Amino acid sequence: MITVHKLFKRFGMKTVLRGLDFEVQPGEFVALLGPNGAGKTTFMRILSSLSRPSLGTVSVAGYRLPDQAAAVRARLGVVSHLPLLYGDLTAEENLRFFGRMYGVQDIEGRITEVLELIGLAERRRDLVRTFSRGMQQRLAIGRAVFHDPDVMLFDEPHTGLDQDASVMLDEVLRSVAAKGRTIVMTSHDLLRAEDLATRFDILSRGSIAASSTRKELGKNNLLTFYRDALAG
Amino acid sequence: MATRTSTIVHKQSANPSFLKATFAIIWKDVAAEFRSREIFSAMLVFSLLVILIFNFALELDIVTRQSVTAGVLWVTFAFAGTLGLNRSMAVEKDRGCLDGLLLAPVDRAAIYFGKVISNLVFMLIVEAIVLPVYSFLYNVNLFNPGLLLVILLGSIGYIAVGTLLASMAIQARTRDVLLPILLFPVAIPVLIAAVKASEGFLAGSDFSTIYAPLSLLIGYDVIFTAIPYMVFDYVVEE
Amino acid sequence: MQSKPPALKILDISSVLVLAIATYLALIYAPEEAVMGQVQRVFYFHIGTAWTGLLGFLFAAGLGIVYLVKQDIKWDIAGVAAVEISAVFFLITIMLGSIWARPIWNTWWTWDPRLTTAAITELIYIAYFMLREGIEDPDRRARFGAVYTLIGGISAPITFFAIRLFRTIHPVVIGGGDPNAQGTFAMTPHMEVAFFFGLFAFTVIFIDLFWNRIRMGQLAAKVEQLKLNLMH
Repeated sequence: MITVHKLFKRFGMKTVLRGLDFEVQPGEFVALLGPNGAGKTTFMRILSSLSRPSLGTVSVAGYRLPDQAAAVRARLGVVSHLPLLYGDLTAEENLRFFGRMYGVQDIEGRITEVLELIGLAERRRDLVRTFSRGMQQRLAIGRAVFHDPDVMLFDEPHTGLDQDASVMLDEVLRSVAAKGRTIVMTSHDLLRAEDLATRFDILSRGSIAASSTRKELGKNNLLTFYRDALAG
Repeated sequence: MATRTSTIVHKQSANPSFLKATFAIIWKDVAAEFRSREIFSAMLVFSLLVILIFNFALELDIVTRQSVTAGVLWVTFAFAGTLGLNRSMAVEKDRGCLDGLLLAPVDRAAIYFGKVISNLVFMLIVEAIVLPVYSFLYNVNLFNPGLLLVILLGSIGYIAVGTLLASMAIQARTRDVLLPILLFPVAIPVLIAAVKASEGFLAGSDFSTIYAPLSLLIGYDVIFTAIPYMVFDYVVEE
Repeated sequence: MQSKPPALKILDISSVLVLAIATYLALIYAPEEAVMGQVQRVFYFHIGTAWTGLLGFLFAAGLGIVYLVKQDIKWDIAGVAAVEISAVFFLITIMLGSIWARPIWNTWWTWDPRLTTAAITELIYIAYFMLREGIEDPDRRARFGAVYTLIGGISAPITFFAIRLFRTIHPVVIGGGDPNAQGTFAMTPHMEVAFFFGLFAFTVIFIDLFWNRIRMGQLAAKVEQLKLNLMH
């Protein structure tokens, strides 16, 4: 579903990604872990077609980036640590707008369905600016799944959420994953990642330092695996 | 290659056409603005204040008024315009909405034209209120079809280049102060032509004297809609 | 540290020589102008800096287009070089013009199309540097710089025509006969030699500075690179 080969990304003289190789099979839920400055957000921006690779090949959902970006965008849902929503529009207006931008058919039916999924049906006519951080983040997920994408990217979705909001977010994430979508999520929070993902990749200094599926990890602690990967 | 693994029934989505995407953006901006009236009220109050300040600064007596009306109006529109442009683009940046727009499978030019048209709508509404207020305060008749045409053409050029420059300015560290500095020196032709043409229509001059500034306005509009259309990608993409 | 290429050294020396010759031609060789007197001599340098500055600005717009197409930072380095030198040349033009205008037009400054266009163009240059100053990411800085030189390069000539809608008092020395112009004069053959040599001299100086400035930009990029290598 996602294939990345020898990816380099430079900002001026600074090289953030150095020859990164990455492969995700359909239906996998990959947690991308790593310290600050490892290049997680840069990598996610490239996968989401917002940033161009300096060198190397990237393909998502069977289309090459950046040449076939429009085709990739149609099949991609992105949640970042910013909600990407308009505060002066209501929940349903936000979804309606993004539905139009993705050319979704039967927008009204889909709005009801998505608001049920993220548990905001009651608040559909309220302005997004009145929402708590957790509610905004759930609506952001609603926006990202609205056009029913095959691949989803979550960049630090738990940032700024309290415990309750995180638990509710996890429920939504699980139900999104249960549809058989391919998911890549970056996180600082090893416990949350361990709960959700089926595979764990450690990003360090611009390339993948280690990778392990949940099965391979077995009884071993994710934290130990993470530390070993960074030390090695 | 793009195997559909999902089971959801709502599968029919096709990338929206250029026009649909443009209209979606205009609808979104107008709906949000209709609710908050943030941009509109800021531009309007600011315009009225500028006109009041001109009254004292220029001692707008009956004779001066005839000769400076066009200039006062365009300075007011230009100042209010930068205010509106800055705000309208800052809204896109604040909650990462610009990324949200860029993630959608639509042509970037549709985003540009959507923003241009909504900015233009806000500016024209403000102008539609400022004109009668100015007429009322200074007893000058501004309901002149020629003047209205000039205002439309001038606003188009100003907003077309302003929207491009505002989308650069909001990405800079100094974003609040940068827009007028970038915009004014390159918008001078449109302001000069607009002032000249407005003066001509207000004084009831012969069309031969208005012809030159009017064609300059149209030329500017065409060039400065075409260039941003071509380079907008480079301004918003990484 | 690589040393200066020999061709550039030769060009450096030639620049000094042509400047010396141009100065001699302007101050001694060319006869004193009958009506305006000695102050007319600034005109030989005034035109030289004005033309090269103007062409340099259009050249920068061209380099901007090349950068946007090729996305290679070397075109940005060249673009900055062209804008920087042109900005200085333009400033010299405006100052020399002012010195000339004081006795001839009886004022340091007047809102004539050329003067006004020159001032506005100088403001566009300043805006260009302020824009670059505000952006951290070198690629984005280069892209925005290219876009702005393009917009500025197109708007400056239009500004000139727009201001022409008002009347002018600026003398048109070559191929123009505006009866309103004040300070027009006919050139003697000796004056023509000084005039054209002045143009030539400032073209050589522009090329020399341009080359040196590009070299400086490349070295600065290299220093940046070495610094980053040290940090990692």
